Amino acid sequence: MPNYFENVDSEWFSQRLTRVLIVVLLAFAALTARLIYLQVIAGKDFRKQSQINSIRLQDVDAPRGLILDRNMNALVDNRPSFDLYITLKDAKPLEQTLQKLAALLQEPPDPMAARINNSKKRGIYAPILIKPDISRDSLAAVEVHRFALPGVEVHVTPRRHYIYENHAAHLLGYMGEINTAELQSKTYEDCKSGDVIGKFGTEKAFESALRGKRGGRQVQVNAAGQVERVLSVVDARRGHDLVLTLDHPLQKKTEEMLAGHAGAAVALEPDTGRVLALVSSPAFDPNQFVSGISHDNWNALINNPFRPLENKAVQAEYPPASTYKIVTAIAGLEEKVIDAKTTYYCPGYYTFAKRSYRCWKRGGHGEVDVVKALSQSCDVYFYKVGESLGVDRLAKYAHALGLGSPTQIGLDRESRGLIPTAAWKLKRYGVPWQKGETLSIAIGQGFDLVTPLQMAVLMAAIGNGGTRYKPYLVEKALDNDGNTTFQAYPEAVATLELQPETAALVKKGLWDVVNYPRGTAYQARSTEIFYSGKTGTAQVVGRGDDNAPNKLAPKDHAWFVAYAPSENPKIAIAIIVEHGEHGSSAAAPIAGEMIKTYLGLETLVPSAPDAAIKADNSGGAVTPSRTAGESQ
Amino acid sequence: MMIDRRLVQYFDWWMLCLTAAITTIGLINLYSATNAGADMHSSLFTKQLIWYAGGTVIMVAAFLVDFKVYERWGHLIYVICLALLVAVLLVGKFVAGSKRWLVLGPVSIQPSEMVKIAVIIMLSKYYARVVRTEGIGFRELITPGLITAIPFLLIVRQPDLGTAMQVLLIASAITMYIKIERRTLIALVITAASVVPMMWLFFLKGYQKERIMTFLDPGRDPLGAGYHIIQSKIAIGSGMLTGKGYLQGTQNALDFLPEQHTDFIFSVLAEEWGLVGGLMMLLVFLLLIVWGLQIAQRSRDPFGTILAVGVTAMFAWQVFINVGMVMGLMPVVGVTLPFISYGGSSVLTTMAGVGLLLNVSMRRFKFEK
Repeated sequence: MPNYFENVDSEWFSQRLTRVLIVVLLAFAALTARLIYLQVIAGKDFRKQSQINSIRLQDVDAPRGLILDRNMNALVDNRPSFDLYITLKDAKPLEQTLQKLAALLQEPPDPMAARINNSKKRGIYAPILIKPDISRDSLAAVEVHRFALPGVEVHVTPRRHYIYENHAAHLLGYMGEINTAELQSKTYEDCKSGDVIGKFGTEKAFESALRGKRGGRQVQVNAAGQVERVLSVVDARRGHDLVLTLDHPLQKKTEEMLAGHAGAAVALEPDTGRVLALVSSPAFDPNQFVSGISHDNWNALINNPFRPLENKAVQAEYPPASTYKIVTAIAGLEEKVIDAKTTYYCPGYYTFAKRSYRCWKRGGHGEVDVVKALSQSCDVYFYKVGESLGVDRLAKYAHALGLGSPTQIGLDRESRGLIPTAAWKLKRYGVPWQKGETLSIAIGQGFDLVTPLQMAVLMAAIGNGGTRYKPYLVEKALDNDGNTTFQAYPEAVATLELQPETAALVKKGLWDVVNYPRGTAYQARSTEIFYSGKTGTAQVVGRGDDNAPNKLAPKDHAWFVAYAPSENPKIAIAIIVEHGEHGSSAAAPIAGEMIKTYLGLETLVPSAPDAAIKADNSGGAVTPSRTAGESQ
Repeated sequence: MMIDRRLVQYFDWWMLCLTAAITTIGLINLYSATNAGADMHSSLFTKQLIWYAGGTVIMVAAFLVDFKVYERWGHLIYVICLALLVAVLLVGKFVAGSKRWLVLGPVSIQPSEMVKIAVIIMLSKYYARVVRTEGIGFRELITPGLITAIPFLLIVRQPDLGTAMQVLLIASAITMYIKIERRTLIALVITAASVVPMMWLFFLKGYQKERIMTFLDPGRDPLGAGYHIIQSKIAIGSGMLTGKGYLQGTQNALDFLPEQHTDFIFSVLAEEWGLVGGLMMLLVFLLLIVWGLQIAQRSRDPFGTILAVGVTAMFAWQVFINVGMVMGLMPVVGVTLPFISYGGSSVLTTMAGVGLLLNVSMRRFKFEK
């Protein structure tokens, strides 16, 4: 032991220790300086950051308002949707978790992996939506295996639900994720990326009323992003409920009647313009759009030759065909070109400028007055009326009845139709109007184009004595307490001051169409109620003149327009069945069913209106054969 | 063995009180780190109490036996510890990609912690014999180099870079204290300067490099590796002057702090007690280290002196590295804060160290002239 001290002594050790102490003190000074920097100099910033860290503002989505029919039957509501989220931080190992999840959901894992890849930028702490709206079975499977699925969670959100499949799809519309252009527009100011908004139909037109007001919560979250405590809440306000003018049973019946056909039907309340039914066939299921429509489903809709996405009632334009004879008759009577006693002889054709214009009835109608011309849809009679009137005088009455301009119903992409004038043709084609063309348009062919809704408006106006109402779909909006926040009122757009004789003659003609045995829609008459209407058969090819229909060509479109009851009508209807061939057989029976459904008057015994007493203007009450009830 | 009355008379009550004070602070803080914001009561606090009971036994055992006995049996202690390290590599428990734990019945121990003590004893024993005023030369460095390198490499194999570095740093501190000849020192510095880049290229694992890179720039990967440093700095800084209050630290309670009961325990303390608490903690550690050096100085035995310096260096390095790391002054390496962090092996090693200091302190009379 003593020999150790030959080299060093405790004095030497002390010196070394002093140096060590200096090093230690310097190190502690550095630590202290750093601590002061962090807690005093930068302390405020870090305090704020610690709050940002843990305090989050979360949105609370407002449930959308319901959509109800006129009798307060819900057509659209919200249902809970179970959305699967994954938090990358906790979902380790990710591959395995996804495999397990895919097996439970019985789906390939690739789409989920793709969603994760797209959202990776959001970091490992933010839950990523990997599968929206899983089924109840999948939910049960996920819940049972939740311990084998780290980082996977289920969020419940309200999701739009269209209660009746394919029901009123075109007027209710559908939802979709907001796009960039919409995000920048003023209409969607309070929307955020990822929101689902109305994209079509009423959902779109009344978006701001339906949407409601988003609420929020201030929450404290832990590092895993899980909510530990709710600090404050601003409640979401549910969107306003919309009460439609729609009659659900009528809409449903109409849809059933049109099922299997391409076509459209509109029913209006003549005294107000309320839309009672608006059907476009085939329809689509708006529920498909709620969680983002799949590529396959979208392609199926887009490539369907019957154009299910198109609202044929307002978007599609058809030649009005013989239904237009109502306009020609009114114009002729009002302009005194004809009167009640004016008769023409119909040999089955009419020669004009060395061309032969055929009547649909080869054998001819014989002596025809205006009532008979309407009820039996005599083309020759209206050729002559049209010839006398000229294109522009005819157009004046068509415009007055609402044709050629949109009805302003407020649905997407409404077409205006086309009512030609001489000036229009010169401007459009640089060629003057040909008199022969007037003959075509007088029977609703040629350039004439109308929408089914326009024809329904026209029938409503004729039914109510000449007042044209703007059609509307939404009766009122109700807030969460049931207060009315919006109320629609009937809006008379124009009143056509018809001479009483004009109105009486046209109404008589339309009554005869259905109720007189030679009328073109006699087969579709009701044994319980009198109603009035007009058939039409729109040529699909050979538009402009009456070339013989090509046998290889598709069948013609069938029209029927009507109002019921004949006196003080409660419903005005326009129906088109694409390629339905004959208005009388394809379209008129649908109207009959609609009227029965809507009026629910099956026990009523029909009673002849005054007009019916002098109905017979061509003798013998022969029951016509089935094929006779046809008009061009 | 008769108990010398002077052993009681010279007993270092200050050291014991200091230990008790730091331990108490540690336990109070650990309770918050393991229980604040948790839904279920954590058992870690109770476990730590049990470890401290065991640690007290170790401490008493460590000071009852004369440190000259440790000097004599130093080889044995060292070899046993190396054997345990080899055992870890062979039959150790895999946790999070590394083998650090040896499972002995109901408890798991980390032999790499005890190795620190063994290396200190071995080095003290060797240096006490070769120490001289002009400093030791290259030849006297070969043996300490081996004493350090063998456990260092075994620990790196686990891998546990934090503990391996501690062994290296403690050994370096003792060696520097002993004094190296100027020539040899210059040669060593040059060698180290050339070896470090080699280590970077061939030795460090990807995640270890990543940690160092992240230390240099925590913003590199704010949600990945840099997350820990950023969150720890936010925790400490947000404590401000007086802290958020006991059990009120949001960074702690909401789990933003990683490993808040082990490596990042100081952040919990600084968040809840603020600068006042943080400085108090540092002050108590400074007192402990100064007292350790005081014990070294008062010892009249070279082995005792070097042993005390070694144990003090162990505490000092852990405090510097751990506190420096959680404040963003150093890369994140797994180094616990003695007395404060949760962990059985850490507690046992720390208490053994305290026992050795008490040992040297209470037997200083033996060598007085």
